[in-house]
Amino acid sequence: MSDTTKVEASEPDAPDEPTLLEEISGVGTNWRNAVLVPALAILTALIIGAFIIAVSDVELLRLWGEDPGLAISETWGVVSSAYAALFRGAFGSLRAVSETLTAASPLILAGLAVAIGFRAGLFNIGAQGQMLVGGMSATIIGFAFDIPVIIHLPLALLGAMIGGAVWGGIPGWLRAKTGAHEVITTIMLNLVAVQLIDYMLTTEAIQRAGRDDPISKTVQVSARLPRLLGFLERSDLRVHAGIIVALLAAYAVYWLLFKSTIGYEFRAVGRNPDAAKYGGMNVVLLYVAVMAIAGALAGLGGANQILGIPEYRAAPGFAGSIGFDAIALALLGRSHPLGVVLAGILFGALQAGGQQMQASATTSIPIDIILVVQALVIAFIAAPALIRAIYRVRAEGGTGQLTQGWGS
Amino acid sequence: MTAAVVERTVLTPAQIRRSKVLGIVELALAAFVLIVFAIGNDGIATWRLSQGGVDAPDLRFFAGPFAYVSAFLLALLGARQVTKGFGGKANLVLGIAFLIFIAAFMAWATAQSPAGSFNMTSMLKLTVERSVPIAFGAISGVLCERVAVINIAIEGMLLGGAFMAALAGSVFGNWWGIIAGLLTGGLLAWVLAVLTIRYRVDQIIAGVVINIFVLGLTSFLTVRLFAENPHLNDADIFSAWDIPLLSTIPVLGPVLFSHTLFVYGLFILIAATTFGLFRTRWGLRARAVGEHPKAADTLGVNVFRTRYRNVILGGMVAGFGGAWFVVGLVGRFDENMTNGRGFIGLAAMIFGRWHPVGAMGAALVFGFADAIAGKLGILQTGIPSQFLLMLPALATIVVVAGLVGKSRPPAADGQPYIKE
Repeated sequence: MSDTTKVEASEPDAPDEPTLLEEISGVGTNWRNAVLVPALAILTALIIGAFIIAVSDVELLRLWGEDPGLAISETWGVVSSAYAALFRGAFGSLRAVSETLTAASPLILAGLAVAIGFRAGLFNIGAQGQMLVGGMSATIIGFAFDIPVIIHLPLALLGAMIGGAVWGGIPGWLRAKTGAHEVITTIMLNLVAVQLIDYMLTTEAIQRAGRDDPISKTVQVSARLPRLLGFLERSDLRVHAGIIVALLAAYAVYWLLFKSTIGYEFRAVGRNPDAAKYGGMNVVLLYVAVMAIAGALAGLGGANQILGIPEYRAAPGFAGSIGFDAIALALLGRSHPLGVVLAGILFGALQAGGQQMQASATTSIPIDIILVVQALVIAFIAAPALIRAIYRVRAEGGTGQLTQGWGS
Repeated sequence: MTAAVVERTVLTPAQIRRSKVLGIVELALAAFVLIVFAIGNDGIATWRLSQGGVDAPDLRFFAGPFAYVSAFLLALLGARQVTKGFGGKANLVLGIAFLIFIAAFMAWATAQSPAGSFNMTSMLKLTVERSVPIAFGAISGVLCERVAVINIAIEGMLLGGAFMAALAGSVFGNWWGIIAGLLTGGLLAWVLAVLTIRYRVDQIIAGVVINIFVLGLTSFLTVRLFAENPHLNDADIFSAWDIPLLSTIPVLGPVLFSHTLFVYGLFILIAATTFGLFRTRWGLRARAVGEHPKAADTLGVNVFRTRYRNVILGGMVAGFGGAWFVVGLVGRFDENMTNGRGFIGLAAMIFGRWHPVGAMGAALVFGFADAIAGKLGILQTGIPSQFLLMLPALATIVVVAGLVGKSRPPAADGQPYIKE
């Protein structure tokens, strides 16, 4: 077919050649490739993003016909001021850093939920639904009780984890017992969760008094995640303890995956379910456990959006597109907890910076460009051959697939 | 084909169990109809059947006895399914059972509504309309997955098609909107094909990429381009074409033959893909590539070209369905206006067992759920519309889990082909 595939095919096989699954999700890659390919992917995505910003400016397009020289400098001006605003909004001030971390914490948690699935050979597209169910559980516990913070906050977080774990565990159980592919079941459970949340928010028990639109009651102060910079008494510093929860969760996942027996079994199932079964592991239990833990992590991410962010209440779409960004994140972070944390902070920065880019009067670039950049990042990460073809980086991986067909 | 014959003659224990489960489901439906819709129901339901100038007499009947008869029929079907089974017709029987159940539900809902009457013809017409994007999405999926390329990107293709249909439709006219939709769907499918076939990217990741990319780009451009230039997002809508003679048939006329060209296009597409996939050389080759690419390759079928062609064709089908949202329905593009229809299309494909006719049937059922959800306010059944809207997704989970019938994808689905 293409030049690149030919080159790849003719290269001698390494003794322990990583499969594409391992290469994409980062299981078993070396550090050079784990850093170089993502870095190039982000760079390329930002360049293409700049191109999209430039060609979507009607005034600029007109200018190209009249005065190309001026158009070039104008284009440079638009793109550079947009990315300058992005950087300012992400890291340019204490408030910017606070916003970056605020956006990063649910991203990290949801990213971990996808990453742990990848490690066990499962593709968890359901982080979105798990976030919604977990967040809703946290909301209900958050407004229903009036108890001391020392009990209330942990209880709300626990509730979120259980809610998410149930929503994640179902696909795991179905996969193990019936072979129903987790991609389909998690997509479908996402759709169910959206409707379920929409319904719950209009029930009398949950809906805020006096409102017709779907919106929940406000969470009690005792269940809120404390603000980390609250002592500065500035209302614009929203960063809250959710980031600590996220970092602790990342460490816990690291410990679980690489230091514990069950983590070893997760990875064994991910590498070869048949061998794991033959080796005496309980594959059904492992699949359920992986997906339940993933769901619990995503559920915590959902709780973050309710218990950590003013106005401390649930409305439809409170999870935004975080559950889908999480897929990009897990791939970018190579399914390693540390990678997910770094990628989460990067995506948080894009999110916070994107808001600044949108708000800034001189640029006013819609924040949706961030989604485009994220999609491009996944494309380049998932197609190592593509990024290698662009930058002529030497290949070291072979072929293989992350997922099988629906039926298997 | 041979596999199907074998299936019918020698039943495995799993198939026997499934057959029994199917029967139990039908018996459960019967019990539900009996208890909830029949007992103590002395209401009278009126189904109005006139619509759009085509007159038909009203149907006026007692809802209680109607439900008793429905329950009896369901119980008959279920009992026979449990004891003897229907063999290869089990799915058809299940479909009939669902129809009986829906009829009983509608009779009950109509009788207990404040008005006591309900325009059934307009309801069925709406069902057909709502099934359009779902069916196009499902056919797109069938075309791709028959050659073993999983298409999660249906949602993105619908959305992309809708966006470009709005742009081209506003600038050049609504026919160009359709063409732009087709081309956009085809282009996105080409990207999917290049990523999955040439670069062997995981097919699900490639689909996720396209979905996020299209959602981001169209939302970005909606704000950046359409907000300041509303004339670019203001396309004409195709008006409905009444088919002479056929459209004057009572009930059937308004329901099936008084639509925009998208519905007729859909009917033609279903017939064409069914014929194409199962009666032509192209279809045989495509299916061979999906079931056993290596064997197909050995026999001289170009696996890569077949996959490219089918995937791009599938993308164009989805793009056409996307154009419906704009030039067939509202005339303008809104952010994320497809709102998950592509995923429901994916569900319809699985539900319809990777067959165009099955996919259309599933799309109609899902379209009905969509249509009735919007009418619940009038009927005042007390059932939250959200529960009806989640039914397609729940039903799909039940099907893929093999709890009721087993839906089998093409054997090589999801696997890239590497020529040796």
